[in-house]
Amino acid sequence: MSRIDFDIAHLLAGTLVLISFLELYQDRLYALLNVYAAHAFVLAASVAWQAFVQDAPHLYVTAVIALLFKAIAIPVTLHRIIAKLGIHREIEKVVGVGSTMLAGIGLVALSMVVMLRVTHGADPLAREDLAFALSVVLLGLLMMVTRRNAVSQVVGFMSLENGLVLAATGAKGMPLVVEISVAFSILIAFIVIGIFLFRIRERFDTVDVQALDRYRGERR
Amino acid sequence: MTLTLALAGAAFQLALGVCAVIIGRAAAASRLIYGASMVVSAISLVAAVTHLLGAAASESLTLPVGLPWLGAHFRLDALSAFFLAVVDLGAASASLFALGYGEHEKTPERVLPFYPAFVAGMTLVVLADDAFTFLVSWEFMSLTSWALVMAHHRVPDNVRAGYVYLVMASFGTLALLLAFGLLAGPDGFYAFGQMRAAHPAGMIGALAMILALIGAGSKAGIVPLHAWLPLAHPAAPSHVSTLMSGVMTKVAVYGFVRIVFDLTGGPAWWWSIVVLALGGITAVMGVLYALMQHDLKRLLAYHTVENIGIIFIGLGLALAFKSYGMLFAAALALTAALLHVFNHSLFKSLLFFGAGAVLTSTGERDMEHLGGLIHRMPQTAFVFLVGCAAISALPPLNGFVSEWLTFQAILLSPQLPSWGLKLLVPAVGALLALSAALAAACFVKAYGVTFLGRPRTRTAETAAETDGFSLAAMFILAALCLVAGILPGIFIDALAPISTALLGERMPVQIGSQWLSIVPIAASRSSYDGLLVFAFIAMSGMFAAFAVHRLASDKLRRAPAWDCGYPDASPATQYTATSFAQPIRRVFGTVLFHAREQVEMPPPGDGRPARLTVEMSDPIWDWLYAPIAAAIGIAADRLNRLQFLTIRQFLTLVFCALVILLLVLAVWS
Amino acid sequence: MVLIRDLAIQGAQMLLVLALAPLFTGFVRKVKARLVRRQGPPLIQPYLDLVRLARKEVVLADSASWLFRVIPYLVFAATWVAASLIPTFRTGLLFSWSADLIAIIALLGSGRFFLALAGLDVGTSFGGIGSSREVMIASLAEPAMLMVVFTLALIAGSTQLSTVAEFMASPQVGLRVSLGLGLLGLIMVAIAENGRIPIDNPATHLELTMVHEAMVLEYSGRHLALIELSSSLKLLLYVSLLACLFMPWGIETANAAVPALAIGIGAYVAKLAVGGFLLALFETSIAKMRVFRVPEFLGAALMLGLLATLLRFVSGSF
Repeated sequence: MSRIDFDIAHLLAGTLVLISFLELYQDRLYALLNVYAAHAFVLAASVAWQAFVQDAPHLYVTAVIALLFKAIAIPVTLHRIIAKLGIHREIEKVVGVGSTMLAGIGLVALSMVVMLRVTHGADPLAREDLAFALSVVLLGLLMMVTRRNAVSQVVGFMSLENGLVLAATGAKGMPLVVEISVAFSILIAFIVIGIFLFRIRERFDTVDVQALDRYRGERR
Repeated sequence: MTLTLALAGAAFQLALGVCAVIIGRAAAASRLIYGASMVVSAISLVAAVTHLLGAAASESLTLPVGLPWLGAHFRLDALSAFFLAVVDLGAASASLFALGYGEHEKTPERVLPFYPAFVAGMTLVVLADDAFTFLVSWEFMSLTSWALVMAHHRVPDNVRAGYVYLVMASFGTLALLLAFGLLAGPDGFYAFGQMRAAHPAGMIGALAMILALIGAGSKAGIVPLHAWLPLAHPAAPSHVSTLMSGVMTKVAVYGFVRIVFDLTGGPAWWWSIVVLALGGITAVMGVLYALMQHDLKRLLAYHTVENIGIIFIGLGLALAFKSYGMLFAAALALTAALLHVFNHSLFKSLLFFGAGAVLTSTGERDMEHLGGLIHRMPQTAFVFLVGCAAISALPPLNGFVSEWLTFQAILLSPQLPSWGLKLLVPAVGALLALSAALAAACFVKAYGVTFLGRPRTRTAETAAETDGFSLAAMFILAALCLVAGILPGIFIDALAPISTALLGERMPVQIGSQWLSIVPIAASRSSYDGLLVFAFIAMSGMFAAFAVHRLASDKLRRAPAWDCGYPDASPATQYTATSFAQPIRRVFGTVLFHAREQVEMPPPGDGRPARLTVEMSDPIWDWLYAPIAAAIGIAADRLNRLQFLTIRQFLTLVFCALVILLLVLAVWS
Repeated sequence: MVLIRDLAIQGAQMLLVLALAPLFTGFVRKVKARLVRRQGPPLIQPYLDLVRLARKEVVLADSASWLFRVIPYLVFAATWVAASLIPTFRTGLLFSWSADLIAIIALLGSGRFFLALAGLDVGTSFGGIGSSREVMIASLAEPAMLMVVFTLALIAGSTQLSTVAEFMASPQVGLRVSLGLGLLGLIMVAIAENGRIPIDNPATHLELTMVHEAMVLEYSGRHLALIELSSSLKLLLYVSLLACLFMPWGIETANAAVPALAIGIGAYVAKLAVGGFLLALFETSIAKMRVFRVPEFLGAALMLGLLATLLRFVSGSF
């Protein structure tokens, strides 16, 4: 594999990590959805590049699925749901942006150390892609842990999923797992949102945010 | 020859101290004592510098004082010569400053006997070649400086400062005692030469390193052992504060370097992790504490903590490189740390002299009562500006050179194979960069609020320039700062014998580089030319001045400052130190110091002023010192019951102790 | 002969940056105006402003000191020296080895140090607000820039700017992750250091929204002309830095014949035009941030720099 193939694969994987950090930085819900769409788009590009480099045409299918569902369909749907239900659009964080970013850097360092030590004898491209993939997974988990807003936790879960897809495509083989995981994640996302909506409806007999505002527990 | 001269100098300083006890209250005593001390320090300085520059061989001497089977060993090698030069330069300039400053001392008999003794103590520490002499001199140094801290004992803050200082100094000496005990081994080889030959490594060397870090580090001011420093340094008279901050902390660094680089065997790789982590944390915490202060001397004392952090970062890098056998890089890191030792003693002394001058002229240490002093004390303001620029690492002054060398050492670290170091060194590099930027912010605040702006009180309006001796001392140090910044190659070459002795390698020869630049690794990699940068800045400035003079109008008119249409007569409307630091306090202080601001705003129509309250807490004091002090108090209360036992109970205690010792003997032999 | 030629090239570089700086500022203002459908001032307006200011009388506040009058010259000298060391049309400048990237950052830092002192000198609250915000921004922007410099130095094997620029122009550099992160970090720092939107508004006249303008509020006449020229020069410096590091095409590395240098100068002017257009586009499309959002922005830049350096430490192929 030539130098330039290596570099572009790294660049795309690194951009995925960068966009995960960008997701951690956002404090408005619509902006977060746009950044997540970019995350999925870069994932699709990365998978397509892997398909080109590894000469594995079934990965093109995975890339197209990622592009259509994760980059376009899911963000648009979430956008509509948020607008229709009037869910409040500011993301409350548990700790400040600075501490979250510092923790993110620590997690990236940790995943580098773990992956590069554990896979010592393996193919260098796969090793470093796995290190980046683990970083994306950990950053998605960090996002789920440090957000109070349910929609942002769902977005964190989906970016975690993207990291797993990146890891699976980096290592050659196992095509079907990718498609199944994609389908699974869509299912999970809709189930989570559905539960969220049903619980609100059954608790308050309404999903109107004006009425809900009276019952909000944490007032700042 | 140099060693005997230095020892004779120390003995003379001790004699001066005794003399001062007798003649302390005389009118001319102050001038006499300080003058004599300055001359002796200057002679010793010249001797030490000659020894170092000439890369002369080490000298040893054994005097038949002290323990009868040990004697007192003294040795002057390259490392000792360098630190002797630092001590003597600091002492000579402080004595010169005190020739003028000492006239304002109201109780000279409390200061004069201890000052030369303090200088003598520091000299003896640097020259000592066995553990006993080292520890006795170290304790002597601590006790004389404690006496100086307590010189103005009627001020209650000073009493508390002295108490904390005494406790921390004793703790430090205990740690050093244990370290030397470990190094001396079971046979009790207390001479340094014997310790060197024994080459303790492994567990013993590691424990000795940790104990030396605790002991010497507490005297130097490593976080979390720094708490005494900002209390004690400001409490002493200004020339003594200078010696404590600029010189005594360096003697502590000497202790650490001597034990860890010279007396123990080869370092293990994880030693550097401890030193680097502590150095990085110290650097950032020190400057953040300094930014929150509005007492000028306390700000400078906290800033010393930051610079000690930078020195220990360099030493940690040197340890890391040494443990992996990359001796060339280790020489670079060690030289960077030692050059920063020298630079810091220069500009910190200069800044403390400036603070002392301000204190004598205005009687104020609080920046928020000063202001506009640049008009009243123009010369002090000028040299203080040079000191501020030097400590903020601005080219072409000397602070930049040592920081640049430390950065170059950090850039060599990717070659280190350890994973822990691969992750720690970039983080420490970021901390170092952050502390450098924050230091500049701190000194903009210190200089701007004290010297610039408008005077905030009557005393600031009527301040007078300080006396000639103080100004002379400050100008000499400022000139040295400039020289060390422009011609750093000379100083780097002077430090080469030290790295050769401790590491076996040295940096490339700097004298003879093109245009007097410094090339720490290789010309293709990096170089810096202080002289050319200075020349360029000067030429560009003069070109601009010339062009403006020829092409632009030269009219000038004085008018009131812009006030938005509201006549603003009160100088209270200008920024204070607390308000200047508010953005940084909000960014960094909310997390670290639990900084909270509260505004009480009276309702409209009420004529009362609004009130802004800022609350901060010191996390290290609250989480480390206060619990330990509380625990000691509780333990002492419990143990107090031992005083009130009956005679039968006392006898029982003795009986039990005897039986236990006999049991141990029986089981173990 | 070689020495004379190299000296001439260095001198030409110094004069070129000085001459182009106000033109670049004028170009950015013109593009910003056109993007919001205004005519905008003529391209040479900054030159006319400098001449006008130079001819005016200096009005000095009563409480200003000698330092206040000296600082414009110091700031200009430091910024000009730093700008002269950035390769614009040719690498290998004669004195490029005397100050490397770290020294250039420190020179800009000294300019900022003295400007902050000038803000405090007159003793009004406007200067204080500008200086205190400026040092807060600097306390995060300077470490971020240093981390980006570390990344570049670890990739190119040197901190000297000429060597780094030559390495970037050579084919061995490749597309590296850490370079991408470094580019993003450097852009964020450049915006912060030059006081552009979203950090600070260079065109505002409201004291409470100013950072840079508040520090220099009391300056007038020839002093203000020098300070304005220094800020234009600083903007040009950062754009040139980005151009020579990340858009190295067209820069002359070895050849010193006049046609090759002319191509180098042409490429440089084209890069400036592209950079200016992108800057104007960026400034027009977003709003200024709240002051206490700026540390988060710069903290992110510092984290990017730290991440890039960390990746370089961890593996040589990043």
